[in-house]
Amino acid sequence: MGELVKPVTTITGTMLPLDRGDVDTDQIIPQQFLKRIERDGYGEFLFYNWAHTDDGTPSSDFILNDPTRRGARVLVTGPNFGCGSSREHAPWAIQQWGFEAVITASAADIFRNNSSYVGLLVVELPQDAVTRLIEMASDPTAEVTIDLESQTVTANGLEEHFDFNPTAKERLLTGLDGIGVTMSHDDLIASHEQARAAWLPTTVDIAPPT
Amino acid sequence: MNTPRTLFQKVWDNHIVIDADPTLLYVDLHLVHEVTSPQAFAGLNQSGRTVRRPDLTVATVDHGIPTTGRSLGIRDPLSKRQIDALVQNCRDHGITMFGLDDPRQGIVHVVGPEQGLTQPGLLVVCGDSHTSTHGAFGALAFGIGTTEVEHVLATQTIWQAKPQSMAVEVEGELPWGVAAKDLILGIIAQIGVSGGTRHVIEYRGKAIHDLSMEQRMTICNMSIEGGARAGMIAPDETTIRYIEGRPFAPKGARWDEAVSAWESLVTDPDAVFDKVAFLDASRLVPHVSWGVNPAQTVPVTGSVPSPDSYDDPLQRDAAVRALEYMALRPGTPILDIAVDHVFLGSCTNGRIEDLRAAAKVVEGRKVDSRVSAVVVPGSMQVKAQAESEGLHEVFEAAGFSWRDAGCSSCLAMNPDVIPAGERCASTSNRNYEGRQGRGARTHLVSPAMAAAAAVAGRFVDVREWENS
Repeated sequence: MGELVKPVTTITGTMLPLDRGDVDTDQIIPQQFLKRIERDGYGEFLFYNWAHTDDGTPSSDFILNDPTRRGARVLVTGPNFGCGSSREHAPWAIQQWGFEAVITASAADIFRNNSSYVGLLVVELPQDAVTRLIEMASDPTAEVTIDLESQTVTANGLEEHFDFNPTAKERLLTGLDGIGVTMSHDDLIASHEQARAAWLPTTVDIAPPT
Repeated sequence: MNTPRTLFQKVWDNHIVIDADPTLLYVDLHLVHEVTSPQAFAGLNQSGRTVRRPDLTVATVDHGIPTTGRSLGIRDPLSKRQIDALVQNCRDHGITMFGLDDPRQGIVHVVGPEQGLTQPGLLVVCGDSHTSTHGAFGALAFGIGTTEVEHVLATQTIWQAKPQSMAVEVEGELPWGVAAKDLILGIIAQIGVSGGTRHVIEYRGKAIHDLSMEQRMTICNMSIEGGARAGMIAPDETTIRYIEGRPFAPKGARWDEAVSAWESLVTDPDAVFDKVAFLDASRLVPHVSWGVNPAQTVPVTGSVPSPDSYDDPLQRDAAVRALEYMALRPGTPILDIAVDHVFLGSCTNGRIEDLRAAAKVVEGRKVDSRVSAVVVPGSMQVKAQAESEGLHEVFEAAGFSWRDAGCSSCLAMNPDVIPAGERCASTSNRNYEGRQGRGARTHLVSPAMAAAAAVAGRFVDVREWENS
């Protein structure tokens, strides 16, 4: 079982504030960019409809297009981030734009799971801490540090602990290939399989109706 | 004595391979479509791995396929490459596929149930958030990402942090002219778009028990719009009658074994839920969404709300942005909003009962000359059934376009894109910005409400028509 994704330990960088709640994955990456069969090349389509005018030119008033924000490493945003569609293209696009972490009061379940597999750190903090970070982030040079090992976020006098699923933490810290880990438990999977009831359905094809 | 358990807890327990946090669960049925699987198969191929259980995996094409002129092939080169990739991957790995020329092709969440593959107590996953649909049968069914699709292909298992349990208790009877769609929109309006986050919802109560399987699927389908990991309804006589005789349903002695196993799939009387919400179905009215998320809805008799009606500043800002995107002014009566398009279809409302409900409204009437109206059946089997009942003639006589099956305008990955600035009454599940096309303005409604809007050219209270 080899290394699959780049391990995540400590992230220090500037922040990009997106002060909106309920940002759905359709906004993070719209459907017209989901037709590709590759796993990379999604960064330029991040928040595409918000970041571009109708004729496809970059919208100067959207914060992602502010040149002073180009080096931002941490997206700080409103609650229920990543709701809606299960598209993993959403964390891919965030990561491929250049972000290494998202800080929010709450992330949607599927988005949180997907991010943990691709090495995008999603940190959930109380809303008042997120609000303080968004205020700090009005300065494009303001930095934040996220330490996964100790599960802390620090920035200019703010220090917050965050909860994190221990298995997802281990996976992010080591970058280990999750499939390889699971396959090492083959005996347990096989014994569950043997105990399954005979009436359970299979998809083995039967002739279609004529 | 055993601890009382919820339906969710029972199905969860039956699938534990490794009892830890997160838990390793065995997957009974893996549904695959063209958009979220190519990178998973590529990863599998690159690492030299195989599909552990092709016999528990089934694929169809739905998101990117055209709904007209299929004999001409797929003209969008990217969609064609994506669909070709799925055909090749299924062939290489021995996976059953209901392809573009198969009479069983359709939206993955319509196909599974109608083929009898979706059964009570199963653990069902798919790289699609509306996998929650299958919970209508008492299955535990949830959407997963592409990395997880690869993991399930390789191991037939999935790691999951255990969600909490939530009961949505719906008492009373749905009034005449009020649909399952109105019920789930009402539930989401009450709990909010993140009210179900980290929870599996069990829908309970008389109003739920009274629903048909199609209606239950509409309810469970939109669980994800309330943020829930999954939605479930305990199997009963309605469920069993629906499954019996379907192509992949158990037969003979195995049918009897299955039915007796399904009978235990109910929440024990003393089981405790982590969270409970109550709703009185008898007070519900048809809903219309005015904004850009599925909780931003009002009764058809109401009007567009003012952002000032929200106490939470984030909700207030969201309402301001939503009104701007939707080009609506606070106080505008819903009945005064004109529509340019009507879309009847999707995994939420593309089943035979949905088409029947819409056809009943449309019969003997004409689509308004300013409205472009389409019907996209959820599957080719739904299409065939509708045609055997003559529903296509009702729709076509009224001026609807009658299409082949797919996701279509629900997410506009195929050519059925709603143009910018135009307004669509849609039976789908998401009114997000850009969902039906950049700049398109979506109003979520039930099939009967969509049909009535097509005829009137604006929203109408379908209860007045149905009573006439």
